[in-house]
Amino acid sequence: MAKAYDAIVIGAGHNGLVTACYLARAGLSVLVVERNPYVGGAAVSRSLYPNFTYSNCSYVCSLLRPEIMRTLELPKHGLQIIPYEGGVTFMRGGGHLASYDNHDALRREISRHSKRDAEAYDRFSRDVMRQCKFIKPLLMREPPDPTSFKPRDIMELVYLGQRFWQLGEERMYDTIRFWTMSAADFLEEYFESEIVKAHFAGSSIIGTALGPRSPGTAYVLLHHYMGDVDGTVGAWGFARGGMGSITKALASSLQASGGEIRVDAGVHRILVRNGRTVGVALASGEVIRTGAVISNMDVKRTFLETMDEQDLPGDFVRAVRNFKIRGSSGKLNIALDGLPSFPSLPDGAPSIRGDMHITDTVEMMERAYDDWKDGFWSRTPYVDMLIPSQIDPTMVPEGKHYMSVFVQYCPYRLANGDWDEDKKKAFGNTVIDAIAEHSPDFKKLILHAEIRTPHDIEREVGLTEGNIFQGELTMDQLLFNRPVPGFAQYRGPVRGVYMCGSSTHPGGGVMGAPGANAARAVLRDLKKAA
Amino acid sequence: MSLAPPFRKPLVDTPFRPRADELNQIDSYIPWAGYSTVDVFSNVEHEYFAIRNAATLFDLTPMVKYRIAGADAERYLNRLVTRDIRKLKVNRVAYSVWCNDSGHLVGDGTIFRLGADEFRLCIGERHLDWLMDSAISFNVEIAEITEEIAALSLQGPTSYSVLRNFGVVGIEKLKVFEIGRYTVDGLDLTISRTGFTGDLGYELWMRPEQAVAIWDRLMAAGKTRGIRPIGSQALDMARIEAGFIMPHIDFISAEHTIRVGRDRSPLEMGLDWLVDFDCGHFTGRRALLAEKKRGPARRLVGLDVDGNKPAHHALIYADRAGNREVGSVTSAMWSPTCKRNIALAMIEAPFFTMGNELYADIYLNRELVWERRMCAATVVEKPFFVHERRRLTPPAEK
Amino acid sequence: MGYDTIVVGAGHNGLVCAAVLAKAGQKVLVVEASDRLGGAAGTREFAPGFKVSGCAHLLHLMPQTLIDELGLSAKGFALARSAMPTTALSEDGPLAIGRDSHASLAHRSAPDAEAFPAFADALDRFGRTLFPIFGAPPPRLGTTEWEDRLAMLRLGWNVRRLGRKDMREFLRIVGMNVYDLLEDNFESPLLKGALGFDAVLGTNFGPRSPGTVLTLLYRLAAQSGASGGLAQPKGGMGGLSEALAAAARAAGAEIRTGAPVARILMENDRAQGVVLESGERIVAKAVASSADPRTTFLKLLGTEHLDTGFVRKVFHLRSRGLAAKLHLALDALPEFTGLDAASLGGRLILAPSLDYLERAYNHSKYKEFSEAPALEITVPTVNDPTLAPDGKHVLSAIVQYAPYELAQGWDAGRQRLADIAIGLIELHAPGLRERIVASELLTPLDIEREYGIAGGHWHHGELAFDQFYMVRPVPGAAQYRTPVDGLYLCGAGSHPGGGVMGAAGRNAARQMLKQAA
Repeated sequence: MAKAYDAIVIGAGHNGLVTACYLARAGLSVLVVERNPYVGGAAVSRSLYPNFTYSNCSYVCSLLRPEIMRTLELPKHGLQIIPYEGGVTFMRGGGHLASYDNHDALRREISRHSKRDAEAYDRFSRDVMRQCKFIKPLLMREPPDPTSFKPRDIMELVYLGQRFWQLGEERMYDTIRFWTMSAADFLEEYFESEIVKAHFAGSSIIGTALGPRSPGTAYVLLHHYMGDVDGTVGAWGFARGGMGSITKALASSLQASGGEIRVDAGVHRILVRNGRTVGVALASGEVIRTGAVISNMDVKRTFLETMDEQDLPGDFVRAVRNFKIRGSSGKLNIALDGLPSFPSLPDGAPSIRGDMHITDTVEMMERAYDDWKDGFWSRTPYVDMLIPSQIDPTMVPEGKHYMSVFVQYCPYRLANGDWDEDKKKAFGNTVIDAIAEHSPDFKKLILHAEIRTPHDIEREVGLTEGNIFQGELTMDQLLFNRPVPGFAQYRGPVRGVYMCGSSTHPGGGVMGAPGANAARAVLRDLKKAA
Repeated sequence: MSLAPPFRKPLVDTPFRPRADELNQIDSYIPWAGYSTVDVFSNVEHEYFAIRNAATLFDLTPMVKYRIAGADAERYLNRLVTRDIRKLKVNRVAYSVWCNDSGHLVGDGTIFRLGADEFRLCIGERHLDWLMDSAISFNVEIAEITEEIAALSLQGPTSYSVLRNFGVVGIEKLKVFEIGRYTVDGLDLTISRTGFTGDLGYELWMRPEQAVAIWDRLMAAGKTRGIRPIGSQALDMARIEAGFIMPHIDFISAEHTIRVGRDRSPLEMGLDWLVDFDCGHFTGRRALLAEKKRGPARRLVGLDVDGNKPAHHALIYADRAGNREVGSVTSAMWSPTCKRNIALAMIEAPFFTMGNELYADIYLNRELVWERRMCAATVVEKPFFVHERRRLTPPAEK
Repeated sequence: MGYDTIVVGAGHNGLVCAAVLAKAGQKVLVVEASDRLGGAAGTREFAPGFKVSGCAHLLHLMPQTLIDELGLSAKGFALARSAMPTTALSEDGPLAIGRDSHASLAHRSAPDAEAFPAFADALDRFGRTLFPIFGAPPPRLGTTEWEDRLAMLRLGWNVRRLGRKDMREFLRIVGMNVYDLLEDNFESPLLKGALGFDAVLGTNFGPRSPGTVLTLLYRLAAQSGASGGLAQPKGGMGGLSEALAAAARAAGAEIRTGAPVARILMENDRAQGVVLESGERIVAKAVASSADPRTTFLKLLGTEHLDTGFVRKVFHLRSRGLAAKLHLALDALPEFTGLDAASLGGRLILAPSLDYLERAYNHSKYKEFSEAPALEITVPTVNDPTLAPDGKHVLSAIVQYAPYELAQGWDAGRQRLADIAIGLIELHAPGLRERIVASELLTPLDIEREYGIAGGHWHHGELAFDQFYMVRPVPGAAQYRTPVDGLYLCGAGSHPGGGVMGAAGRNAARQMLKQAA
């Protein structure tokens, strides 16, 4: 029998590591067990082509909470986050809309498409900022259970109510509308130019199984704006050394405070005796004892695949089954022989060092979504690409480049049969062709391309259906509904079983907030028990 | 005009840039409404004294200009701003403000009535979004024409003589807030007797291609009348003395505030005189009526501060001990003309009453050591400076 | 001397508002642009001798309390048929849907038949939870008034009273899409399609759009206050409107038809009456408009009397209709394959699966209509022979989705869509085409022209979370009061919205009486 731990975290993704760090710092003996031979989960830097480092899963850091970076001393452990420099949306037919950091430059750029939109942008960003300001403090809090009469829940509800009430009448209505609107309708209230609307609508669909016209997507748009790089709300950041640097720094921070990590140690079962957890059984058969198991896996894998159904209440199992985790995104990681050219960009434009999108109307994105609904990858996909090797040249050999291409939409299940190599290739070609339309030399620069469908992401990372948020960010799956009503406070239905992944509030993105919130819940319970 | 791509040079030059480059001794430029303009040419104080003593040229091109025309233009503006635009005669100018539904300031600017159905609105910042949304269901065309018009502000006691030397025939008849159109040797000028200094002055509007020629001729015409170019710092001193407010300094447009409670109403800004409740409906009217009934919660007032250290950004207290905070300073300066330490400050009710004695918490950096002064500050009337020659027609130099 | 209140528009909400006000002793005048009463809740003769309810063809939302309060039964209102059954049509035969159709359901899917009653019960419970909010003005946020705060507490209490389990389920599903909800509960595509249809009927959504459970609950909530289930008024919807008009007149209200309003009369910053297109000025202490919010504010009142921010919101109010109405005059009763006579007098739904519905919706997003639209069909003459000449029949069908703005233009598209719809029905009713003696298709554009509803949306404004309850139609006008003193909204654009419900009219009248007191 191996030694017992105070807590075992299943999965060395960023949230699992954050939880483990906080627990270890509180003096607990903590073990993180990871199925893969490397740590990181979906925040990894991997070498899949000689001398190239790929951030082959998550690719931007906009949401990692600064308070976490600070408390866990991540900079000391090697984490450095550098902002991207603007970006661009390419239109069919050669046009583009660039985004620049400089306000006047951006206004002039937008006014190429619409003078009015250039000025309406100020109202748009004001309203988005207002909502960000309202929501931000809620990210690091445990959502209350509205059905509970516990003082803690009632106090938390009162806190939420007060914060809301303080907005004043007009802004309360704005907030209600904002949380329930579609991104398309929301943008319609600001902009007239199709490309401007499409440019801003992009972030409303990333990672979701919704189209820009689906109600609730205005919130998703904001979810991506909430980032906080060096105090600039909304700026996208890039982790030096790839996204794996984040989890590497977390692992290092964990080890510095006495936590342990075991890789190649997939969990077969969470063991339950007399209604409480007693440990985990690894795939190898080894049993490790503990009183607290915190799962970084999504809620379906945790409860449906790693626990015995008879250990769980029937209603709970049903609710977990009904939790929506949908694969809707694909990813290409491409090694390039040189920097591709994008002729529609003016010479020297910094946009190529930012996030580049392909789309030009909200309709194009909506049609891409229609394809997904029918079980096909989008014929004209929404593409979000970055060439991080321009910012961090150490990721690639001299003169070469690495391109991360995020694709919306790509289904987990195809209507015309299972995914196979041919279909995967065809999907990759659809994307590569879409990019080549805007970059004539792109195709011949390709040295290697890793194509990842939701299926591949699930298989490798373990995310159900390859969903990057561990569950859709829809109204019915946010706040006290996330992941399951009544179980939104990081505690599972079995004593000692906790959740710390993105399936919990406030959801996905490399944010770390679920991990930190879960750690707080564990520590509170232990304190109560002591 | 072909421009550099925005990422290479986000700011645009005004047509006077060649002259600014020649005359700007300390290479001091700042951004203003998307343009690069001179902050200081040589020395702020000399430039300031030229405003109060002789004549000054200030590049006004970045003022954002909107052309508002159409059958409903008058009705539109009357519903937009707080003043009665029906009373504004052709070839007259009016300063006004406009509010949002809750009666908070969206912006301020001057309205030029160029014809029965044609107006020009000049603003220090951009408002096309609000102007267009205000135009829903009005038969009116709104276009931003900033780039089509270059502008200079000619201010100071000798400004009238400069224009006479320039050869502007009939300038002596131009009354304050009046617009005149003149042609001098092929140079077309629209002149309004307006300004931001509380003193005699004119604003000159011209085609960009004639801008440099007009500048040169003005400088020549003013040579014997002490003319000199000035930057925005000197002008800012004059405007504080004259008690004028600036967006982003004394208030933030309600279209741009992010935090709750940062919006300001015209009543709070002390602009009651601009709000005409009898001119028909305008946006914010009902809210302002309600506010008038309750009385404003705060007010922008003038302060006369003890000592000679400007009370920049000072918090204002009701007591010397600093227990009761009642507001803060938005603009402050030592007034070289009035020899007073003046400030504009937003003060909570009921502390803003005239003559009230308050305290300004002033921090001074003296050779890297910060010192704190709690200086008595009295609520006083604005403006701090205004000269009767501003209104006299024909104007006198003295 | 002048009136206490002028009601603009003699649709059912306008008439309800007028009747309630008049019963309370007010001197009321209703002015209606067209020559007929009832507005969109009217009966129209679309071919000589053939009559049909022009828009909604089923009455199932009007609260029984309102019918009783106005004494409509004494004014000639009667139902030709109540508790109408619902049947889903499919290529492999019809499926009866309801609590008493266990056998029919079990034939398709045994688990579905088992699950259906509990599912329907739960939704009914949730609907009843929402129902109380239909009977009063929505509270204002940020208010200091006790009444508003109480209203919010009451709503909270209603939800809490569901009990922990139901409350959790309610809070979860209320923001969901109906597609997922049905997928989670049932397996038969036909059943799911038919149930999903009710959630998206008259809305700008497909079953996969989040918020469609809310629209379904909304429908069930209103239905829980009505007593007869799905019903068909005698004489068509116009029968109801006639009774409403009679009730209003009996209480002393005057009704003038053929009196279009040019503008609302503003004096001293107050609505003081109306000016008719004829130039006639009619003075009143207050004006209640049952016209849609866009028409009321942008056209009848004029933006010069409103603030920019408010106008901005009205301007962006989503109010484009998506449902067309097909009317067929038939020289004989249509025969639907496998359908008994009782079912033919009920409601027939053609939406064989959720994916079918969703695909039909897809097209509407791009200003197209689908080649395979979803239909709600009734044959009203089965229950009420007076609607057609002896032995002849009328078929009335809602065709969804038909976008207000059609890329090819409705002049080109109207006949094409009618043909598609007729062809679809004929698949289930062979020989239908030969029996048609006349037909018409009312597109949203036609509904706009015919009934003066800007955008041709039955609900005057999309029923969606962001245009619901406290933010319906727009913040600042959600309590029937408007920013202009003396001007009230009493139409479907206001809470709780459209359908032939009358709640907006009654709530508005009560609000006005409270203000006048």
